[in-house]
Amino acid sequence: MRETSHFVHKYLRSSKRFPHIWCAGCGIGIFMQALIRVIDRLGYSKDAVVMVSGIGCSSRLPVYVDFNTLHATHGRALTFATGVKLANPDLKVITIMGDGDAVSIGGNHLIHAARRNVEIASFIVNNHVYGMTGGQSSPTTAYGTKTTSAPYGNLEAAFDISGLVEAAGAAFVGRTTVYHTPLMERLVEKSLTKKGFSMVEVLAQCVTYSGRWLGLNSPVEMMAWQRDNSVTVEKAQDLTPDELAGKIVIGVLADRERPSYEDEYAKLTAEKLKV
Amino acid sequence: MKKERQEERPSQVLLQGNEACVKGALLAGCRFYAGYPITPATEVTEVMAKDMPGTGGAFIQMEDEIASMGAVIGASLAGVKSMTATSGPGFSLMQEHIGYACMAEGPCVIVDVMRAGPSTGLPTQPSQGDVMQARWGTHGDHSIVVLCPSSVYEFFDLTIQAFNLSERYRTPVILLADEIVGHMREGVVLPSAKDIELENRPRPTVPPEWHIPYGDPGTGVPPMPAFGDGYRYHVTGLHHDVRGYPTTRKDEVEALMRRLFSKISNDLDRLQWFDSYYTEDAVMTVIAYGCVARAGMQAVREARAKGLKVGLVKLQVLWPFMRRTITTILDSSEKVLVPEMNVGHISREVKRVNRGNCDVLTLNKIDGTPITPGEILETLEEAYP
Amino acid sequence: MTRVDIYRGWCKRCGICIAFCPKHVLDADQGLFPTVTDPEQCSGCKLCEMRCPDFAIVVTKDEKGKARGKAKSGSATG
Ligand SMILES: Cc1ncc(C[n+]2csc(CCOP(=O)(O)OP(=O)(O)O)c2C)c(N)n1
Ligand code: SF4
Ligand code: SF4
Ligand code: SF4
Ligand SMILES: [Mg+2]
Repeated sequence: MRETSHFVHKYLRSSKRFPHIWCAGCGIGIFMQALIRVIDRLGYSKDAVVMVSGIGCSSRLPVYVDFNTLHATHGRALTFATGVKLANPDLKVITIMGDGDAVSIGGNHLIHAARRNVEIASFIVNNHVYGMTGGQSSPTTAYGTKTTSAPYGNLEAAFDISGLVEAAGAAFVGRTTVYHTPLMERLVEKSLTKKGFSMVEVLAQCVTYSGRWLGLNSPVEMMAWQRDNSVTVEKAQDLTPDELAGKIVIGVLADRERPSYEDEYAKLTAEKLKV
Repeated sequence: MKKERQEERPSQVLLQGNEACVKGALLAGCRFYAGYPITPATEVTEVMAKDMPGTGGAFIQMEDEIASMGAVIGASLAGVKSMTATSGPGFSLMQEHIGYACMAEGPCVIVDVMRAGPSTGLPTQPSQGDVMQARWGTHGDHSIVVLCPSSVYEFFDLTIQAFNLSERYRTPVILLADEIVGHMREGVVLPSAKDIELENRPRPTVPPEWHIPYGDPGTGVPPMPAFGDGYRYHVTGLHHDVRGYPTTRKDEVEALMRRLFSKISNDLDRLQWFDSYYTEDAVMTVIAYGCVARAGMQAVREARAKGLKVGLVKLQVLWPFMRRTITTILDSSEKVLVPEMNVGHISREVKRVNRGNCDVLTLNKIDGTPITPGEILETLEEAYP
Repeated sequence: MTRVDIYRGWCKRCGICIAFCPKHVLDADQGLFPTVTDPEQCSGCKLCEMRCPDFAIVVTKDEKGKARGKAKSGSATG
């Protein structure tokens, strides 16, 4: 018998085939491990966790884990999650989305979920590309980047996902890269334990598509790029806008107390049931 | 004490169709509603907003109809009977998720109070133009149940039945009302809650280790646990094996598709819902549904007064198409007339099942105005054999 | 001493663990699988485990800080 076993096995579906489908060195798996590690640390019952995803490489995550899992439609994970949470507020509802998923086709749901503040811990795996469909531009693809749908270079400006969600009113917003694993785990934990809507933007390498455009040819180069181009929120405060240009600001970007929709609604229900 | 007794006795109330729909839904046990305002269905959302909190259920106005339908499926998977209501443009937006509910077998009710289309169309005017969309609006082969009320009471009653069927078959059920039925007011006597028979989705009776989330227990309808019940499973819109995991295996895909169809098609006997009037000796029969059935009723009465042997069959189930019922009518009548406020969605089906022994006449109107009893009567008189 | 186990069956040879080990404990073998080359240097920081996208590394810290023999490497599969 083996003396060691990886803790994730407690959460992986034994009936699923491993290794998983993601390409060698894809950042999604690194995020997945952090998420499971934090859930393990927090001691949630597997029965109480509902993991909802959209469609995309990132959204393939839930099928591997032994929770209540809901692989919804492209862009709409938050809508399904909202229904689950309001129908049974005792459940711990988590959503996993890609950048195209959450910000392009699902952009409207994202800002309204942040505004509405239903307690959902959401994670957006931002690899700056449509991975699953083969490397087309996403709303976070940098201006000028050549993609399979922008063969002459991307003509559009990119979204700042965290800025968008913060402006829309989310109770908690954080950004990390998968290189910064300890920070990623801290942010995941804060998000999971936050009252109200939270969002963590997880910058992750798509080795097969976006790496190539940046001239980065391996997962190692891409993670080194994450390391070398990130600054913490704390350090960023001392930098001029010029110094910050092109940098990824990582850490807690917003953390505030706001009444959640369920709490407000529960008050209303209690009043009505009294009458 | 006195007050309570009064409440218990069913008394006549004046209700709008859309209000009656909400009353039916809440009596059926609907405890989650998500919607987005749209004429002529808005009252359903408004009355739900007012009445749902008092039941302990949840109401939410979503950012659009795609979101409403997503939330409805999410709530259903969490174990709660759930519903949304909309009209044409919103119904179009819901289509992807209606297919999802078919595939993932999330019971839910979708109310479409039809207005004239295409596109923004005639928001305040009636139509029956969504009959084919209700059948085939979402992509891919699928089965669907569609009910159609023609009065305020029927809107109430069929809403309850829509929930019952959705729970029985674990499938989305569409309630196709129209602007007239949604907005008109009628006095109705509502039954008391204890007199209403309710169906609930089958629940697993075995421990989680033995439960097969998408297996066929014989009825074609797998027992459905709620998220949080301890039966952790995977739900997806992809074709899936009996455990719910994505598959492309031909045998597994075929078994899934067969089951999804047969769970409803094996039960067609129980889905022949119609009312017939003066049909015993009728040589000519009007086949109608929704608001047009009301005009049809009036026309048939007037025709009878003139001595014409005509009858009316009012359809309550539109899909799956009631082939059995319709062929019986086609066999016993020399002619049938199918008046519709569309270009002929149901008459096309009637012609399809007609074995040539009956003349199938149509009367179609797509100008946003209702078909009148006079128009139907005129056609009956002209074509009377 | 800490033990580093690598499950070859799940490892996709991406090289992340090797490149970012702060103590240069790991190196690629001829088949490009990571292998423990300098077990004495391992600090038990678990960064290799946390950064492996395929859950193919387990770092086991010896509670008592005692040596547990040579770290297993390439031969282990999972
Ligand atoms: C309505 C709809 N439109 C398009 C698609 C095709 N599609 C699948 S995944 C995807 C994009 C995925 O990109 P992203 O969300 O960034 O996820 P990633 O694969 O990069 O993790 C698209 C366009 C779809 N499944 N559904
Ligand atoms: S295509 Fe990109 S995002 Fe998708 S699995 Fe491969 S590396 Fe990951
Ligand atoms: S990080 Fe994991 S998958 Fe990549 S080389 Fe190391 S052990 Fe293998
Ligand atoms: S635990 Fe830390 S020091 Fe040891 S091999 Fe892994 S990364 Fe290197
Ligand atoms: Mg992406």
